[in-house]
Amino acid sequence: MSGKYKQVAYYPGCALEGTGHSYNRSTKALGKALGLDIVELKNWNCCGAMEVKNVDPKLQTYLSSRNLSIAENMGFDTVMVPCNGCYHNLKKAEYDLANDSASREVTDRLSRKAGHKTYEAGKVETIHALDWIKEAIGEDGLRARVKNSLKGFKIANYYGCMYTRPRHIFPEKDKGAGSESTSKPHFMDDLLAAAGAENVEYPLKTACCGGAHTLSDSDTSTKLVLNLLTTAEACGADVIATECPTCHSGLEMHQMRAEKVFGRKTTVKILYFTQLLGMALGLSARKVGVHENFSDCLDLLRARGLG
Amino acid sequence: MPDVRTMNLNDIAVRLDWMLAAPDATLVAAAPDLADELLSRGEAILEIWLTAHDATPTINKVEGFRLLALHRQGARGDASFNACRETCRELVYHRNLVFLDPTHPDTARRLRLGAMVARHLTLFIGGKLEVAGLGEFCCSSRPLRQREAIAQPAEIAGYSRRM
Repeated sequence: MSGKYKQVAYYPGCALEGTGHSYNRSTKALGKALGLDIVELKNWNCCGAMEVKNVDPKLQTYLSSRNLSIAENMGFDTVMVPCNGCYHNLKKAEYDLANDSASREVTDRLSRKAGHKTYEAGKVETIHALDWIKEAIGEDGLRARVKNSLKGFKIANYYGCMYTRPRHIFPEKDKGAGSESTSKPHFMDDLLAAAGAENVEYPLKTACCGGAHTLSDSDTSTKLVLNLLTTAEACGADVIATECPTCHSGLEMHQMRAEKVFGRKTTVKILYFTQLLGMALGLSARKVGVHENFSDCLDLLRARGLG
Repeated sequence: MPDVRTMNLNDIAVRLDWMLAAPDATLVAAAPDLADELLSRGEAILEIWLTAHDATPTINKVEGFRLLALHRQGARGDASFNACRETCRELVYHRNLVFLDPTHPDTARRLRLGAMVARHLTLFIGGKLEVAGLGEFCCSSRPLRQREAIAQPAEIAGYSRRM
């Protein structure tokens, strides 16, 4: 345990107050169980998600920068983000502010109009919840704290596409041993293995789930998700671990839709990595919000001595 | 092996379904050929995308594989194409696993996983041919409606001029 990231600012983002509520609950519960301090940003705003970015990317850069500015004003140099979309947008804002003068100009103008200090690139580091646990606790620290081993769980780790792409906004990745890989990410695998789980070799861990088109072209999304699910089952997984509320709800919803529309039933369960780690540390299934998931995992968890 | 050059995405999907349903013995008996076929299928899928966009599919190779060169060609100027970057690399990886050790006890399983990866590529490209923006927001950091925003500066981008 390095002590780094022991106390960080926390930006949950909009999804974690809605469909990803159990991710919010389990992230907070996991932090508490590990003795890590997270302080939620005061008066945070939407990161710009896809709605704002689709219309005006520089406005999205401003919106994300405002959250970074809040973190700086609260005295933090690190903000932890569990949602891949928010993580991606804050990292993109950081990159744009460092490399694009037009983005700096718009951000400065809007910040002054909004009456707060303009965020300058390099002041606050954005990290994902995976970086947080990996760096602050590490595999050895986690192993030492496990009360209910995840032994017997065969897990396919699904990272989705926004955790690693585009590569240029994640300069800290692909730095060799110990760093995350953009082509074959492994931080979630490492942490769940430390908690006793068996990770299966899953060839679609960063493949597209059609998430952005889930409403406009549902059939394409359902077919892509169905292939993710059947491939996970073919790899021997009984659980898909997720680290993004959009991926998670997409997998859950399209699992149901695949059965309803295409008559294809899959039985692999979907859980957030924070839920799995929380239960490994002895937290109850309820404490980590399993009852809030759409994927009914309780029978599996009880059969394995969890829940 | 059917001529992949004349196949469309549906034909490819049917062939992959056959591979997924075939008995182990059938797969193992033709393992090296099927491993190469998976790679050819992947190339054919990307050729369909490139041809549909009036591009001449490259015959060059990247890291020894034409599939990766075709992906690079598709991604040039269209960063959302990177949403299938790792899918292409996984296809190469599974082909290599089988090709380098066709008598391995996991050969049939490896071929089936390779077929599932190829199926994902088929679905992704099929989806992108229907809705070009598939993968756009997620992987490229590029707005879907940038052109519309530029075309309507008064209504959409007006905030910056008023301040």
